[in-house]
Amino acid sequence: MSVFMSEEPLLQVHNVTRYYGDRIGCSNVSFDLFPGEVLAIVGESGSGKTTLLNCLSTRLAPTAGAIEYRMRDGSMRNLYQLTEAERRLLMRTDWGFVHQNAADGLRMNVSAGANVGERLMAVGDRHYGNIRATADDWLGRVEIDSDRIDDDPRSFSGGMRQRLQIARNLVTRPRLVFMDEPTGGLDVSVQARLLDLLRRLVADLGLSVVIVTHDLAVARLLSHRIMVMRQGNVIESGLTDQVLDDPREPYTQLLVSSILQV
Amino acid sequence: MSVRLYLNSVGKSFTMHLQGGTVIPVVEKVEFSVNEGECVVLGGPSGAGKSSILKMIYGNYRCDEGQILVTIGNDIVNIAGAEPRQILKLRDDTIGYVSQFLRTIPRVSAEEVVAEPLIAQGSSESEGIETARALLARLNVPERLWTLPPATFSGGEQQRVNIARGFIAHYPILLLDEPTASLDAANRAVVVRLVEEKKEQGVAMVGILHDQDVREEIADRIIDVTGFAADAAA
Amino acid sequence: MNDTAEIYDQGEYNFAYLDEQTKRMIRRAILKGIAIPGYQVPFASREMPMPYGWGTGGVQVTASILGKDDCLKMIDQGSDDTTNAVSLRGFFEKTAGIRTTYETSEATVIQTRHRIPEKNLTENQVLVFQVPIPEPLRFLEPRETETRKMHALEDYGLMHVKLYEDIAKNGHIATTYAYPVKVNDRYVMDPSPTPKFDNPKIDQMEALQLYGAGREKRIYAIPPYTKVKSLDFEDYPFEVQKFDKPCGLCGAENVYLDEVILDDKGGRMFVCSDSDYCEERRAEGHAGPMAADPAAIQIGGATVEETI
Repeated sequence: MSVFMSEEPLLQVHNVTRYYGDRIGCSNVSFDLFPGEVLAIVGESGSGKTTLLNCLSTRLAPTAGAIEYRMRDGSMRNLYQLTEAERRLLMRTDWGFVHQNAADGLRMNVSAGANVGERLMAVGDRHYGNIRATADDWLGRVEIDSDRIDDDPRSFSGGMRQRLQIARNLVTRPRLVFMDEPTGGLDVSVQARLLDLLRRLVADLGLSVVIVTHDLAVARLLSHRIMVMRQGNVIESGLTDQVLDDPREPYTQLLVSSILQV
Repeated sequence: MSVRLYLNSVGKSFTMHLQGGTVIPVVEKVEFSVNEGECVVLGGPSGAGKSSILKMIYGNYRCDEGQILVTIGNDIVNIAGAEPRQILKLRDDTIGYVSQFLRTIPRVSAEEVVAEPLIAQGSSESEGIETARALLARLNVPERLWTLPPATFSGGEQQRVNIARGFIAHYPILLLDEPTASLDAANRAVVVRLVEEKKEQGVAMVGILHDQDVREEIADRIIDVTGFAADAAA
Repeated sequence: MNDTAEIYDQGEYNFAYLDEQTKRMIRRAILKGIAIPGYQVPFASREMPMPYGWGTGGVQVTASILGKDDCLKMIDQGSDDTTNAVSLRGFFEKTAGIRTTYETSEATVIQTRHRIPEKNLTENQVLVFQVPIPEPLRFLEPRETETRKMHALEDYGLMHVKLYEDIAKNGHIATTYAYPVKVNDRYVMDPSPTPKFDNPKIDQMEALQLYGAGREKRIYAIPPYTKVKSLDFEDYPFEVQKFDKPCGLCGAENVYLDEVILDDKGGRMFVCSDSDYCEERRAEGHAGPMAADPAAIQIGGATVEETI
């Protein structure tokens, strides 16, 4: 069934602004994100896209503006009025965060199985056999062999680490996942595999995703909608293929024309 | 016969900011409608704006002026002013697009590529794959290729995969962007037959077809796009 | 009464080394710890005349609760006469002039390093633990700011990650000492590096338990009769170590045993880690399988002589 049926937004962002002293991080960003929607935030380094992502994911308090999220009980809550306990519960159950550098999102000194099982244990799962079986299932879904379940991620390649990080995030069936350049720093062939995996998981699980990337090919493959940022402002937004095939703003035209054609 | 698609005074131009803000007018005051079960072919030379019109209907290009109205049951939706998610929903269940070029996705097999739109409309995976295989067979794509990703296929094979993908699901409106270009006679005939079947199902179609023979076979009406040419001085 | 205590009587040297203001501060921390079982209370740990790692936390707690009528027992790894126990007992004899003992039942305050006596403790006794690293979450989360938040929010999933790793790597929970517990259904606590064999003893213990970490500047407590549960999995329940032999000297079973090397030809025996318990049993006439062994007699005999 179509994922575009739901009429109630999952996330509502109102005029989010973040200053670093006098300098603008991001300015007056507003949008709604609906269940099952994938939104790409694109722009070059320093455009404010990571600042915005951190504000959205409660990792960085905005200077002004409000962000509301629809909790599992259906109520809309202002994210910055949640208690710390509520915020943490949200982060480890209903949300995921995929870091560019997998080491930032993994526990490098514990096994792959424990990395995936951690969220389950955090929400009270106390049966070792079940935790391990679930971890094994998820490793399979991200194409990591079962016999690596007891290995530390330190012994994994970059692409495997990233896939492990994704499994670790998705094990609690989150509804919203934030991704910060998830394919950055990987070889092209590794990137392709990861992108395909992400595309399938996002579609199968009906995830809502906010993905920050400077790679327009990633945005085209994964996202439904796109926001182009420059100097802290959203300068153009819309349907992904519309913005990429018919860019309107000078900066977007420059971005699109800068892609190397293979 | 009820109207499925109506373009009302549609205009489009491109502003090329990287070339000093040059404005390239494409079309203006485009006005035509398509009924159910009707195939309208856009005529005119290259560069007349046929492809732009098709892309505006699909929501791929923005529509600067006018309205693009689609009837869905008792509702009328204006694509020119629709939200992205409305357009995505229309693409899922209302408007299909058969393009010339396949955008391949790594590691997704040909039969999966073809089945995807049908599955998105609610069919089961097995039903989707089965229908996809039947279509691929009709379009003479060798069976050994079905489970392979189409990235390495020849141009003609990729095109046929994409035609199958375009025709598999039921859309009340179907856009045909040169579906027969560079196909051999046998496959051209299959496409013509597929279009006929869609007509019988009441599908409204808008096409671009340079192939004179095919055009004559399937077009109910030809609209000359040169009539909508924007004044170059504007 | 020794010389130092006499000096104290003349008002020249304070009872039990610490000044009264410091004791007051530490007692407040202790009271807070008792009020919130298992919670690590920060305190202004003092420099003590012994190195960190020698029990500076336990010494400060003991010094703050000792009265003139108290009788003190010092345990180091179950024994009363190994270096740490001897030094600290000497310290309090010198600075407080109080009575000391080897006998568990006679003591009112027992300071211990890494063991709990085999004999049941009573409401009239206080057990003071020396703690090196009080934070049970430290192994997986190095940030103190973060571990404090985790305690505050009861965010304890990480503790089970550690146990999961144990089972994954060893087939069973291989943590044998400093085995984490949940106190009063609320705080996860490190019971100091005691063997997990002793964990069941701290559950519903009749005596008050005080834990002091000098270097880390933390005090925590378990009041008498408090529920203390060792963490585990449903399918891998908590278990204590089992010994397949009784104590070589006194024949006691179901006690914690130390391995003692007898010679350089592979001779060894297992004896009670709690030396006082072992002696008491032998005095009562119990004898283990190796009680008659000459080498064992030497070992057993050494525990009653103060040779160090």
